[in-house]
Order: sequence, then structure tokens, then C-alpha cells
Amino acid sequence: MTSVHDFIDEAIKNNNIVLFMKGTKNFPQCGFSNQAVQILQYLNVPFLDVNVLEDEDLRQEIKDYSQWPTIPQLYIKGEFIGGADIMKEMFQTNELKELLETKNLLTK
Amino acid sequence: MAMDADAIEKLIAQGIPDAKIIIRDLANDGEHYAAEVISESFRGKSRVEQHQMVYKALNGNMGGLLHALALQTRIPE
Repeated sequence: MTSVHDFIDEAIKNNNIVLFMKGTKNFPQCGFSNQAVQILQYLNVPFLDVNVLEDEDLRQEIKDYSQWPTIPQLYIKGEFIGGADIMKEMFQTNELKELLETKNLLTK
Repeated sequence: MAMDADAIEKLIAQGIPDAKIIIRDLANDGEHYAAEVISESFRGKSRVEQHQMVYKALNGNMGGLLHALALQTRIPE
């Protein structure tokens, strides 16, 4: 029986891009989570969406795990990148695309 | 009851004394804000680290009362 902490560990270890969000990628349930999904979909990268609304323990644990108080949260290759604001800023400066390119995650 | 712009600004200023802080109330509802924080102390830090400094200054009010704060941090020109 894995703990929530282990679940998070495994998710970010086994998936290149993980978005902890409210709702799912097909049905985001918050404007910021939706923004994060739109950015990743625009960049056309596959990602795992983890709906924190499904589990209150998960919702709390991810905030402690990342030392970050809000959702959404983006992980790339096990590294915490930031929330919707940071994603948007990095997207606009092209940094996000370059980061994905550097990690060989852009599908082209 | 959500926080107001003054309270947010004061908290950030307490935690990051040299910061220039611009707060906007996005929907005039006291619940959705945008904050731009400019500080020399951000130099050399990643965006995540910079935002964490602001969250720390807000002292645990982030998740609770202030559930939507669009944050932008930068270093002075």
C-alpha cells in the first residue's frame, strides 16, 4: 500500500512531464489549471495529468512535497518547474519550449 | 473574508524589505489579485525560489485566504 508521498515520487519519476492540477486535462476545473493544460497542449507534449481534487490527502501532500502552496504544479523530468504564472512567463519568453527541447521532450 | 491589497503589500514588504510591490485587484472582489514584486534579493534565484520568497512573506495566507494570486517577480533594471 503506497503512501501518497510514494505515489508522488513514482509519478514524477516514471513520467517525463507531470501536471498536478484541479480536474483533468480534458476537464480542467480551475482557470489556472486550464491555463497550464493549454500551454502544454500548445507545445504538443504528452503529459500525465494528476487530479488533486480526487484525493484530499494528495492535494495537501503535493503542497508540502513541492514546498509550493498552490495548484497547478508542473514537473519536468522529476524537477519542479512552477505553477501557472511561471509556466506562462516561461512560455512567453520561449524558455519553456527551450527547456523541453534540451530535455529531448519536444515531439517534432 | 479575503485579504485586501494593502494587507498583501504590507506582508510582502515585511518579508522582502527592499521590494517594490505593485498589487492589482483583478476582479474587484478582494479575492483575485495580481502582484508584481521587484527586488534585488531575487538576483541569482530561480523563478520558483523567488516566488517561494513571496509566499513565505505572505506567511501561510496563500492557500487559505488568498486562493488566487497571479505572481510576477523580477530583479530591478
